[in-house]
Amino acid sequence: MFAVSAPDNQSPTPESVDAMTQAALGELDAVSDAPAAEDWRVSYLGRRGQLTMLLRGLSGLDPDLRRAVGARANQAKSTLEEALARRTRELAQAALEASGRLDVTLPGRPVIAGRLHPTTQIVREICSAFMAMGFSVVEGPEVELDHYNFEMLNIPAGHPARDMWNSLWIDYRNEQGQQPMLLRTHTSPMQARVMEAQEPPVRVIVPGKCYRYEATDATHEWHFYQIEGLAVAEGITFADLKGTLYEFARRVFGDDRQIRFRCDYFPFVEPGVDMSISNFRDPTTGQRPINRDEDWIEIMGAGMVHPKVLAGVGYDPQRYTGFAFGMGPERIGMLKYGIDDIRHFYSNDVRFLRQF
Amino acid sequence: MLIPFSWLSDYVDITLPAAELAHRLTMAGIEAGDVVTRGGWDNCVVGYVRSTRPHPDADSLTLCVVDPGDGDAIEVVCGAPNVAAGQNICFARPGAFLINTHNGRREELKPARIRGVVSEGMICSEAELGISDEHDGIIVLPADATPGVPLDDVLGDVFLELELTPNRGDCLSILGVAREIGAITGQPVRIPDVAYPETGPPVDNLARVTIADPDLCQRYTASVISGIQISPSPAWLQDRLARAGLRPINNVVDVTNYVMLEFNQPLHAFDLDTVADAHVVVRRAAAGEQFTTLDGITRTLSTDNLLIADPAKAIGIGGVMGGANSEITAATTTMLLESATFHDLNNRRTSTGLGLRTEASLRFEKGLRPDLAPIALRRATQLILQTAGGTAAAGIIDVFPARPPDTPVPLTEQRLRQVLGMDLDIARAESVLASLGIATRRTGPDSLAADPPYWRSDIAIEEDLIEEVVRIIGYDEVPTTMLSSPIPYHQANPMTGLKDAVRDALAAAGMEETISYPLLSASDLERLHTAGNGAAGNDPAPTLRVSNPMSAEYDIMRPTLSASILNTLAYNQAHNDGGFRLFEVGRAFIPQAAAGDAGELSAELPIERELAAGVMSGPRYNANWLNPAAAMDFFDASGALSGALARLGLAAAFEPADGATPGDGIFNDGIFNDGASNQSMFHPGRYASIAASTDGAPPVPVGIVGEIHPDVRDAFGLRPEPVAYFELRLAALLEIVQAAGQSEHRFRSLSRFPAANRDLALLAPVNVPAGQLRQLIQRVRLVERTELFDVYDGPNLPAGARSLAFRIWFRAPDRTLTAAEIDRAVNGLTRVLEREGGATVRS
Repeated sequence: MFAVSAPDNQSPTPESVDAMTQAALGELDAVSDAPAAEDWRVSYLGRRGQLTMLLRGLSGLDPDLRRAVGARANQAKSTLEEALARRTRELAQAALEASGRLDVTLPGRPVIAGRLHPTTQIVREICSAFMAMGFSVVEGPEVELDHYNFEMLNIPAGHPARDMWNSLWIDYRNEQGQQPMLLRTHTSPMQARVMEAQEPPVRVIVPGKCYRYEATDATHEWHFYQIEGLAVAEGITFADLKGTLYEFARRVFGDDRQIRFRCDYFPFVEPGVDMSISNFRDPTTGQRPINRDEDWIEIMGAGMVHPKVLAGVGYDPQRYTGFAFGMGPERIGMLKYGIDDIRHFYSNDVRFLRQF
Repeated sequence: MLIPFSWLSDYVDITLPAAELAHRLTMAGIEAGDVVTRGGWDNCVVGYVRSTRPHPDADSLTLCVVDPGDGDAIEVVCGAPNVAAGQNICFARPGAFLINTHNGRREELKPARIRGVVSEGMICSEAELGISDEHDGIIVLPADATPGVPLDDVLGDVFLELELTPNRGDCLSILGVAREIGAITGQPVRIPDVAYPETGPPVDNLARVTIADPDLCQRYTASVISGIQISPSPAWLQDRLARAGLRPINNVVDVTNYVMLEFNQPLHAFDLDTVADAHVVVRRAAAGEQFTTLDGITRTLSTDNLLIADPAKAIGIGGVMGGANSEITAATTTMLLESATFHDLNNRRTSTGLGLRTEASLRFEKGLRPDLAPIALRRATQLILQTAGGTAAAGIIDVFPARPPDTPVPLTEQRLRQVLGMDLDIARAESVLASLGIATRRTGPDSLAADPPYWRSDIAIEEDLIEEVVRIIGYDEVPTTMLSSPIPYHQANPMTGLKDAVRDALAAAGMEETISYPLLSASDLERLHTAGNGAAGNDPAPTLRVSNPMSAEYDIMRPTLSASILNTLAYNQAHNDGGFRLFEVGRAFIPQAAAGDAGELSAELPIERELAAGVMSGPRYNANWLNPAAAMDFFDASGALSGALARLGLAAAFEPADGATPGDGIFNDGIFNDGASNQSMFHPGRYASIAASTDGAPPVPVGIVGEIHPDVRDAFGLRPEPVAYFELRLAALLEIVQAAGQSEHRFRSLSRFPAANRDLALLAPVNVPAGQLRQLIQRVRLVERTELFDVYDGPNLPAGARSLAFRIWFRAPDRTLTAAEIDRAVNGLTRVLEREGGATVRS
């Protein structure tokens, strides 16, 4: 507590005001908490505080002294008020420091974060690259007719190229004893379905699941995704095919990877193309995560749409030309992220899923 | 297949390093993998075995004196049974690096003492040189080999390993590959001369051929050679076949194989004395006809199989395999050599049907040109005369019932440019085609016609020629341009868009996406029906099966996502700790039943139903210091769904699905009553239908959510804690979203006036669903929204009652509500709740 001293008999002088101010400031420095600061305020600046009383008593002084003491006292008032405000902030800060401290290294309150499957993420990335080039996304049935999966793609029954697509057949026979339904072996059947449904120009991409009767290993799954692309119009050329696929690769893999086009064979294109990308080394290990011995990795089959495919859907192959391509997003993901085994994708182990 | 350079060089000069050549072939469409080099045998030379004597201390060993070509006489110990004096052999001196056949490693050869005798070198087997695994005997080199010559010069070779596409059967032959190399490197190709002395009687006097089924045999050519002597082939022939991976048999059979590898035409030799009437009949097999092929297996044939026969019996399956009854034996003196053109598709059907895919059928099934048959026939006859002696009949038999017309393929400069998008003139195309041996003639200033050569069966249309031109020029030469054709109208694909939105919404609700095989086993589906008395479950619906599944685990196309995601949960529970929130967006497959025939499928494709399914199970949070360890349950799933649907602009409502009215539940509304999802998989009383609505529209059922029945949970091997499962039918969601028009999100203006809230604690019978009370509250005027913030059903309450506390917000769009107005609204609310919900306000 601070003693509220009675006004002494001596009249206040500027010097005595200064002395009081110094005393008050000294006391304020010793104040160590908010209640003490309040006591101090009452003692000096309160209704009956020393400074208040002093100012109230000014009226009895002679004018010269009153002016001098008054000015000094008003100055003292604002000095003390500022000092109090500062001291109050200091005390508040000290109080926060003393009692509000957290162990910031404790784990945060968990937020449950969901995520998308890596295949979904890659498919979206690839689709958006092509959508930016005017392609629309369509989807098709996973259980497909032999007619669309093979026949319309210039792969008639008995064609040796059918060996390229070992199929899982649906257990159903028609009256001729044939099995007309299978799990689609590629997304290419949508080429014919799309063209049957519309006139040129056509620009579509078709993501979806495909199936092959194939032994699985680190680079082969019997269940996988494919993204098919098709562009047909007057004036589309092989040069356009190259340009479009270059641009896709640049968007998905960046400028650093090299691209190679070479001749390949698919019955529904002519000329046929294989697109490969330069293999890469993990920057930290210097190792190639996949296909260690190979400089180039095939990522896509492509080519100019075969005239028989165009004629089959009623397009005039002399007037319209186009290109088609198909790629495996898992393989592209493996290359992009350095995944060493395709079988991780559909084992659905959260330790894998949570890396993407 | 492996292509040895030593053989290839007979036909074309190889002017590029092997790796470069392999790369150029690959770029041109003939994929050449590894270049395999055989050789590098330092300190190995041709040696001559001067003499042998038995090892004094070991019966199985021989002491050989070897002359390594410099007149030296080196004694070595040899364990091979086939070593003999007078042989040329592969001699390795100390310092040579050989494969140690005991451990497979390459090791340096050192002088060794073997049973007391010092061996100053080694006579090598193929295994020791790394040529093959053959270690039963030493390699015996041809008698004309020169001792002292480095072994690399005799046995060394470089091989191209080709992976051919089905259209390029011509490159199953050395000449075919030589032609490619010639075109790529600009080198001329040397085609072997096929003439031979025709000194015998006219061939028609010796044998005749009838084609009874010309649809399956386009052409049949044959020669007859008499007085042949069957013996092992000369060393050069054996060596060539061995390098190409074929086992030498005898001089005649080896020649047929040699010419097949050289020209690509399979040939077959018959002992003519076994052919009745010397008359070959090419005919379909009779149904059920039996025939024993060369491999000793008796096969039952059908009328789809083509036989080579004589008037009395079958002697071969056309283009697949000959018969044991007519094969060339050591006693054969007169032979008929067949070079025929069989139907590609029929040949493939026969060989795959019989499970007998031979070197011959692999070639026939890709389609051989009939013009090839007589050329290969003459080449083989020529070589048989050289290796087996004898006299060839004059002329050849050539039965060619329907010679197809010539089909020249046109090519115009305009089309070249239209397809390729590059400036290429017809003259350039002409010279490229010429380099491939494709003869062309000009049909105009900018056009030509090409005759497909006899070794190619893949050139039929103009685009085929364009590919020939551009693949040899190189795809790198084609410019790179961006599409300049008109961009088609964008095709909206609302289901694809919705699936993406649902994925994003569920991920935002804290769930992790999985993707699983859409094939299941019958036992997976049975597990879904294991619960309780099963009476509430629907009968399992007919399913779509795969006739050749990868395994029995995956033979049914899933009719529901539930089994897939429960399996995924089980897998993760087995491999990882913690709680799981998993979802999958995928398809279920509902077969279309044939009309009026129970259980029979129709020829129509199945319905592919787009679904989103999810599971939540395990601790809500991983062990942490802030949140209590509690297991997820129904409300985690329903809450996540509410959040996810809200993100899609939809309000969710949950109704008990085991409804009071039989036949009125969601399982009977035409969406869920297909047996794919069944009521019995859920914990009784803990599952609900999910209804969704846009602002103001009536709610429409879109799915189910509930805790899995403990029996089903156990059947899937899941941990004994609640498993909340949900399934959304995306077609139903899509309908709601599309009915909402342009957007399911509707802007409502923001009121400038404040809301006021009141808390209301209600005492309600326990059988009155909270959702019903909530709906009653929300129907009242001025109520903006309401939240249920407390549920209490402990002691101190009347029996059969529970307490539900709602916070209710009131707001008017045009004014600040007065206390009196709010009181009136609350009073109205109280009356409605009492009358329609049996609930009273607790004081």
